[in-house]
Amino acid sequence: MVETLSADRPPARIDDEARRTQPRVRTGVHFMLGDHACAEGALAAGLDFFAGYPITPSTEIAEHLATRMPEVGASFVQMEDELASMAAIIGASAAGARSLTATSGPGFSLMMENVGLAAMMEVPCVVANVQRASPSTGLPTMVGQSDILQARWGSHGDYGIIAYCPASPQECFDLTVEAFNAADRYRVPVFILMDEIVGHMTERVIIPEASEIPHVPRKKPDFSPGAKRFLGYAADDDLVPPIAHAGEGYKVHMTGLTHDEKGYPAMSPDTHHQLVNRLVDKIRLNASAIERYEEFELDDAEVVVVSFGCTARSARRAVREARAAGIKCGLLRLITVWPFPEGRIRRLVEAGKVQRFVVPEINLGQLRREVERLTNLPVRRLNHAGGSMPKPDEILELIRS
Amino acid sequence: MNAATAGAARNGTASTWQIRIGGVGGQGIVLASKLLGVAASLYDGKEAVCTQVYGPEARGGAARSDVVISEEPVDYPFVTEADVLAVLFPEAYSKFRPRLRPGGLLIVDSQLVKAADDEENIIRIPATKIADAVGNRMARNVVILGCLIGSTGVVSREAMVEAIRNNMKPKIVELNIRALDAGIRFAETGELP
Repeated sequence: MVETLSADRPPARIDDEARRTQPRVRTGVHFMLGDHACAEGALAAGLDFFAGYPITPSTEIAEHLATRMPEVGASFVQMEDELASMAAIIGASAAGARSLTATSGPGFSLMMENVGLAAMMEVPCVVANVQRASPSTGLPTMVGQSDILQARWGSHGDYGIIAYCPASPQECFDLTVEAFNAADRYRVPVFILMDEIVGHMTERVIIPEASEIPHVPRKKPDFSPGAKRFLGYAADDDLVPPIAHAGEGYKVHMTGLTHDEKGYPAMSPDTHHQLVNRLVDKIRLNASAIERYEEFELDDAEVVVVSFGCTARSARRAVREARAAGIKCGLLRLITVWPFPEGRIRRLVEAGKVQRFVVPEINLGQLRREVERLTNLPVRRLNHAGGSMPKPDEILELIRS
Repeated sequence: MNAATAGAARNGTASTWQIRIGGVGGQGIVLASKLLGVAASLYDGKEAVCTQVYGPEARGGAARSDVVISEEPVDYPFVTEADVLAVLFPEAYSKFRPRLRPGGLLIVDSQLVKAADDEENIIRIPATKIADAVGNRMARNVVILGCLIGSTGVVSREAMVEAIRNNMKPKIVELNIRALDAGIRFAETGELP
């Protein structure tokens, strides 16, 4: 008997409950490695498909998923390289799977071409990059935060992107869930920019009940297949088009070439201009809904430390100590580096209390450049090229000076 | 000796404990630190962060673990000045001794590490011998843990037993609880099993 597909009977999910021998969501309180928390966050978010090429310090993500995914009836593939890994998760996602790959700097570089493809075809997917000291192979086992600008600008051309920077294993879990939801909500590749210290740190992680894991579904066509022509690139007011998956019965065409609303190549400057502007604007104009940051002691702060990832842990200690010494100092911890919370920094500057910014980071000034772009106030820097994280004392010294 | 050491270790840094365990790969350094973190974080209601540094070798390379335990959330995750340093290998002693804060507690496996004669706040424990006596020298790391918690009270015995039960294979749980108790007893009384 030949079965036909219809919206009433969606295709069997890749994640087959009959094959599930362990729970998807490990509800409970754990003492968990950051990399494992990322993997568990992905599973809790409904990860259907992982394709990757293990690389230090992200290896524990792949290693953990290689065990866990068969237990929950999902698919794990170890690929031949990172180009193929990225291509595979785009393909799986186009078929409806929530898809993840995990890597570090050298692999992230190799993925960049297909990151652009995912951005152009608007295929949701999540890439965890556990940053190590770079460039090139650098210090494989040691920390870096130097892929910040690559995450924003790494693939050729203009496009919008989302990148989360967890500062603890708990956030590795929470932000991985959020990354999948953001990817699906905005039809965009999303990065989890971890770092070696957070990835290899073990700390308490609380995993909620499965019913409490936030789930944002993909925006689907609101009519049955065949009822009318589906336009996979006709955006709504929020600039995000609905997505139909291969095999659901709708006509779907995806290409990296400039395309019209049907997804067919349409090689005109006007179409290109409109399309690329929309790819950028769908993140830029939705930024206030996407961007996330944490404020600590900012209300009357004259010195503001802007930090992210593991470095923010040192920064928080430094701010506590500065406050104890009577210095009006606060921390703006970026949870999304992209979109960069420009509005918050502008408001801080306009409020007139801030006298200077301090930006510690494990690179030679990538985030400082972003802060400098928004203010004429002095921006003090504390940079290490990688392998070591700024210590609280070093940041405190800069706050005092 | 032991009452004095416990007091000295407690007085230094208010509610935060910085603990470093050093040795070589294969001695269970990473597992020991994880057990300590689990006990503190999951069963004793404290905050704990664990980090490790080890080489690419499965056995034999230098290994160290840092555990920071506090009543407050832990910001900076590494040991800056150790309140307790436990070492199971000579290189770990020479390498990490400068990180021990003045008055901090040093615990050495006396069969593996020859500490300087003028060390003041030190427990020299024949951990390998004790582990052999309770059943397997692989449990040496847990003997050291017993000594560490027995002399400092940084986590409770009950929490550590829970950590062992939930993080080790069932067939080695009882062995490791014996090792833990032998370590605690040595710290408290200086007695060998």
